[in-house]
Amino acid sequence: MSPLKIKKGATSHSAYNLRPTFSDKEERHTLAILVENEPGVLARVIGLFSGRGYNIDSLTVAEVDHLGHRSRITIVTTGTPQIITQIKAQLGRIVDVHTVNDLTVEGPSVERELALFKVQGTGDHRIEAIRLADIFRANVVDSTLESFVFEITGTSEKIDAFAELMQPLGLQEIARTGVAALSRGATA
Amino acid sequence: MTKAMTGAKMVVQALIDQGVDVVFGYPGGAVLPIYDEIFQQNSIKHVLVRHEQGAVHAAEGYARATGKPGVALVTSGPGATNAVTGLTDALMDSIPIVVLTGQVPTFMIGSDAFQECDTVGITRPCTKHNWLVKETDKLAPTLHEAFHIATSGRPGPVVIDIPKDVQFATGKYTEARQVETHYNPQVKGDMEMITELAKAMETAKRPIFYTGGGVINSGPAASQLLRELVAATGFPITSTLMGLGCYPASGENWVGMLGMHGLYEANMAMHDCDLMINIGARFDDRITGRLDAFSPHSKKAHIDIDASSINKVIKVDIPILGDVAHVLEDLLNVWKSRGRKTDKENVTKWWHQINEWKKVDCLAFKQEGKVIKPQYALSRLEELTKKHDRYICTEVGQHQMWAAQYLGFEDPNRWMTSGGLGTMGYGFPASIGVQMGHPDALVINVAGEASWLMNMQEMGTAMQYGLPVKQFILNNERLGMVRQWQELLHGERYSSSWSESLPDFVKLAEAFGAKGIQCQDPDSLDDAIMEMITYDGPVIFDCLVEKHENCFPMIPSGKAHNEMLLGADADTANAIQAGGAVLV
Repeated sequence: MSPLKIKKGATSHSAYNLRPTFSDKEERHTLAILVENEPGVLARVIGLFSGRGYNIDSLTVAEVDHLGHRSRITIVTTGTPQIITQIKAQLGRIVDVHTVNDLTVEGPSVERELALFKVQGTGDHRIEAIRLADIFRANVVDSTLESFVFEITGTSEKIDAFAELMQPLGLQEIARTGVAALSRGATA
Repeated sequence: MTKAMTGAKMVVQALIDQGVDVVFGYPGGAVLPIYDEIFQQNSIKHVLVRHEQGAVHAAEGYARATGKPGVALVTSGPGATNAVTGLTDALMDSIPIVVLTGQVPTFMIGSDAFQECDTVGITRPCTKHNWLVKETDKLAPTLHEAFHIATSGRPGPVVIDIPKDVQFATGKYTEARQVETHYNPQVKGDMEMITELAKAMETAKRPIFYTGGGVINSGPAASQLLRELVAATGFPITSTLMGLGCYPASGENWVGMLGMHGLYEANMAMHDCDLMINIGARFDDRITGRLDAFSPHSKKAHIDIDASSINKVIKVDIPILGDVAHVLEDLLNVWKSRGRKTDKENVTKWWHQINEWKKVDCLAFKQEGKVIKPQYALSRLEELTKKHDRYICTEVGQHQMWAAQYLGFEDPNRWMTSGGLGTMGYGFPASIGVQMGHPDALVINVAGEASWLMNMQEMGTAMQYGLPVKQFILNNERLGMVRQWQELLHGERYSSSWSESLPDFVKLAEAFGAKGIQCQDPDSLDDAIMEMITYDGPVIFDCLVEKHENCFPMIPSGKAHNEMLLGADADTANAIQAGGAVLV
């Protein structure tokens, strides 16, 4: 099969990078979606995923251009290459969606997630927690005599690793923002 | 230039500016200001339906038969929820309609007000796009953009939800030409891919055109170009249910409809071809049968305006994203400029093979005895009406498939049927919409008695507006298709598939002031059909047919194209295996 040859930027409603074969292997992809900042646009995107049975591993959304009336939605999803292609094409059909970029296949990109960890403990556990936080470059944003709230930024894997280490040290709660991602380099 | 006017007036003004001549609707509290404006003008005709579902199907029928967007107007709450089936139907079949819904005043939204519902929330998954307009200034641009979105790209239904205070308030009216939109789908196909398809056509030994509703949605030029392409190449052409009429049934390269109840020769040709050229069809499950056995040896090209249709279920080798008419024009030019080559010798051999398959005569039936066979009824209907300026609607079920098999369509926009959603109750209101678009044409709704009863209230509409729609009901006193599946799949346990307590259709017609005709004798069928055609007004034709006739040929669920069941003598007992039974 030849890929669907749609020139990038030819239209705001095209799908990119149709994959050459239908494989059964599940892949994790990070999609960056620029949308019109209209009421209901997030519902359209989420409704598409639930209605068609796609996975959402992580989702972040916020306005990124007030004057241009644009919001950016970053979705991490898993699926076979064919499903990933379908997801992108289906997103492209939504009238309020301007662009869909698959950061996983369109060259190098950076991904970051922010998380807050509440860890309770005294004595050695407390000392170990703050020592590990230092190693992970987490900041203390709240403290009592028997607890910390750490703020940590990094890849999802780094946050997973930190969570695993905090678990035996009195981890009470985690709040994660979900992934924000951008392509590397000078241009959008 | 901007003019100040009320929101309600803007609605009517925008409809006029968009060239709308008819609106199908039903009034209610939340749309009273708009109805007041409709009352005070003569440019737009309003057709009062008897149920909001009927309004949306009528708008669909109008859109399909005229190629223009259909418009429906309903009130908030139950008005909007009743429209949902029609919206979903239009989404599945890519029909451009604009549905205006009233809404409670903005300051009452969210308070569980009388006749309030979350219309944009409910209709979000069953529309191409929808809007809740909270400011009167935004109403006119939204209305204009709605028509643009409904009709461009892959067409579809849109909903504009208009709170009552927005209708009363005064704002500035924006002209259509002042509205900017970012929605401009790509219509031109990639020339490299088009050239690749032209090359594949030059060397194909067993090519076939597989066409669908996209050809019809692309407009009359697409059908014209398709006919030119077929004539120039000499390749065989088949079509889906939705595409009937894009190539004439009398055309010499026509091999008939394909799919679950398609013709033997069409399905065999799809299975054995070496080049499949899909033009505006979407590899629906009614077409493909078992996916891993679908046309295993062919190279596949797919022309579609919707990127999500390409490679959705079937891998294709030559994907072309674009509008059918634009792509066909380029394809013809490229193929001609490369010397108009085809592998004539092998294509001739391919035709010999197809003609062998045709000899199976898969639509053959015997009309014997004193009971009308449904196939016979439709054959006679075809014979007696084909010379007329004729439009056919259908409901959903066996009669729909028989209509597709036994009626011939020479032109696009002549065939209105619910393909994707399979909506029983579609055909009657659709026929009303068609007749509004073509007042002098012969409009026939081929129906089953069960489907027809689902929207029979629209008899009132047909009478009120003097619309001479002919309701041709093949009455087998059964939910025929359900009964057929129960026979094949569920051990002949006919659970709730009998139409009991049916009305006397002749008396029913008379109760509405229409004409009723009943026919149960094959010998008097022709006269009865002629009586129906010549009567100037709505007719309910109650055609009593064989009760246990099955619809063949048939590809059983979970089977491949070359495993068709051919007819009454077929071995149906073990036709569908356990795996196929879960499929619909």
